Amino acid sequence: MLNDKDRIFQNLYNDLGSDIISAQKRGDWVNTKEIISKGRDWIINEVKESQLRGRGGAGFPTGLKWSFAPKEVGSRPHYLVINADESEPGTCKDRDILRFEPHKLIEGCLIASYAVQAHVCYIYIRGEYYVDGQKLQVAVDDAYEKKLIGKNASGTGWDLDIYIHYGAGAYICGEETALLESIEGNKGQPRLKPPFPALIGLYGCPTIINNVETIAVVPTILRRGGKWFASLGREKNTGTKIFCISGNVNSPCNVEEEMNIPLKELIEVHAGGVVGGWDNLLAVIPGGSSMPLIPKEKCETLTMDFDSLVAEKSGLGTAGVVVINKDQDIIKCMARIARFYKHESCGQCTPCREGSGWMWRMLERMAKGEASKDEIEMLGDVTKQIEGHTICAFGEGSSWPVQGLLRHFKDEIKKRNKFDPVIKENKNIPYLVDQHLLDKNA
Amino acid sequence: MSLKRPAKEQPENFEFNSSSLDMANKIIAKYPKGKQQSAVMALLYIAQRQNNNWIPLVAMKYIAKILDMPYIKVYEVATFYSMYNLSPVGKFFVQVCTTTPCMIRGANKLVEACKEKISENESELSPDKSCSWMEVECLGACVNAPMMQINDEYYEDLNKEKTLEILDKILKGDTPKPGSYRGRVNNEPENNRKTLMELKNA
Repeated sequence: MLNDKDRIFQNLYNDLGSDIISAQKRGDWVNTKEIISKGRDWIINEVKESQLRGRGGAGFPTGLKWSFAPKEVGSRPHYLVINADESEPGTCKDRDILRFEPHKLIEGCLIASYAVQAHVCYIYIRGEYYVDGQKLQVAVDDAYEKKLIGKNASGTGWDLDIYIHYGAGAYICGEETALLESIEGNKGQPRLKPPFPALIGLYGCPTIINNVETIAVVPTILRRGGKWFASLGREKNTGTKIFCISGNVNSPCNVEEEMNIPLKELIEVHAGGVVGGWDNLLAVIPGGSSMPLIPKEKCETLTMDFDSLVAEKSGLGTAGVVVINKDQDIIKCMARIARFYKHESCGQCTPCREGSGWMWRMLERMAKGEASKDEIEMLGDVTKQIEGHTICAFGEGSSWPVQGLLRHFKDEIKKRNKFDPVIKENKNIPYLVDQHLLDKNA
Repeated sequence: MSLKRPAKEQPENFEFNSSSLDMANKIIAKYPKGKQQSAVMALLYIAQRQNNNWIPLVAMKYIAKILDMPYIKVYEVATFYSMYNLSPVGKFFVQVCTTTPCMIRGANKLVEACKEKISENESELSPDKSCSWMEVECLGACVNAPMMQINDEYYEDLNKEKTLEILDKILKGDTPKPGSYRGRVNNEPENNRKTLMELKNA
């Protein structure tokens, strides 16, 4: 288990208070000026050396992302945008940072803004977190009052304004370009990339977008050194991570642990074990609902980091671990996730808009045992038609969980869905053909 | 995608009151000059708060005028995002999360409770028109499942009995205490905390 002194979020459970005085006692804002005086290149190099990877799901190296910002500020100002639109089912880590460790985030915003030469930072919080957003607003106001941000922030000579922008219940706005559209006052539909936001982002200006947790760990990394962070976890999967363990466990919780921690340790030690005992475990969704599930056999030895989960054809995602035990109907669970994606598709790309609904309806029928045998293969094909054929990664996010189900629980679906259609003539007609054209030929 | 329809009965006039207008001006100032359209989401919220939890079409027209943008763009935003209510939802708007992490911990019991206490169907006002309920997608409090949101506040670690108690309170017009209903502190593991022990005992 990770040493308590190596935990970055000491106030994860709010033992100490989230106000600015308590935060300063914990070491926030102590030598911000000194850190910033070491210069842009030092900051970016130190973050690169820590091998910090984005905590929002994709795991992109943070230092590298920052280095994409133009070196010189041209006619267009730079922006920093913090993604606090946490809506991935199974994930609730950013909420705790917003309400209990807001100063880690705000200080991180100052350092990151300096590193990418932004004078304005927008924090995009999902609308449902209104109360937590208000707590963050209080922290921002306090930081202004103490001159930690604002004009000549913390005495560094750098000006920084931080504004909070509330979302309004659209999961898709967690996608970075949809988030920018949303800040600009449009509906949240993702943009085509390239151009990447680092060059053309908010209002057409260079914009760096980071997750809350990513930014909140930066001040501690710079204080204790990139080497310290890199010494935790393993190569390319370094540092600590807040894991959210929910579902059928005895004590669901958030906990900060070292990367590469065994999944079994997370569940058994921190979350009090699976309801009904380890043998009652059916499957685990390791990184929020977009990531394919992992069946019990593999959970014995699995370690939780970006690369080891990719090796299992899944992913760490947001590290929202959803534990599903044998009392649950796995097909129903996945049908509910498919319904989530059907509800949240922004409707811009046809494969996703239509396909997410198809997957949901097929899975609902499969859960009831009303699907025909052919449909199992067809469902797999639908997921393949969505994946990789959409503007943003929502297509992957909606089809991967279904693929995971088919990969590991196909026998269960087959057992339940034995229905063989009586009419077999149309069997070889591809389903992607318009039905009304077929009728004409018949 | 979700389907949203504006209410059939619409008021004829809408204007921000002075406190709403103050708030709106403060928000518009957050965005660069000429980019006032960015404030549309916040202004829709302000309208919703002022107008008893829902946004009439005239409010959209009013906001379009303030922000100097086409009405249809405001309409587009108001219909795209799920948190804007386009028809009356009552003083207490109950949203029950039923996505998988909540579902497997018994969110359907919360839905049953809402059906018993508020109305048979979702998005339907209670007989006294004071509240309504609906199923929503993940609210981001998965380790506190099952949970629901009433207006701005989260009610966590629920079961059917606790939900019935909460609903009884709002039907009487009281605002129940938000947070965990199993007495746990924030997101720590109940009776099983293994980390940051020195701070806990400090």
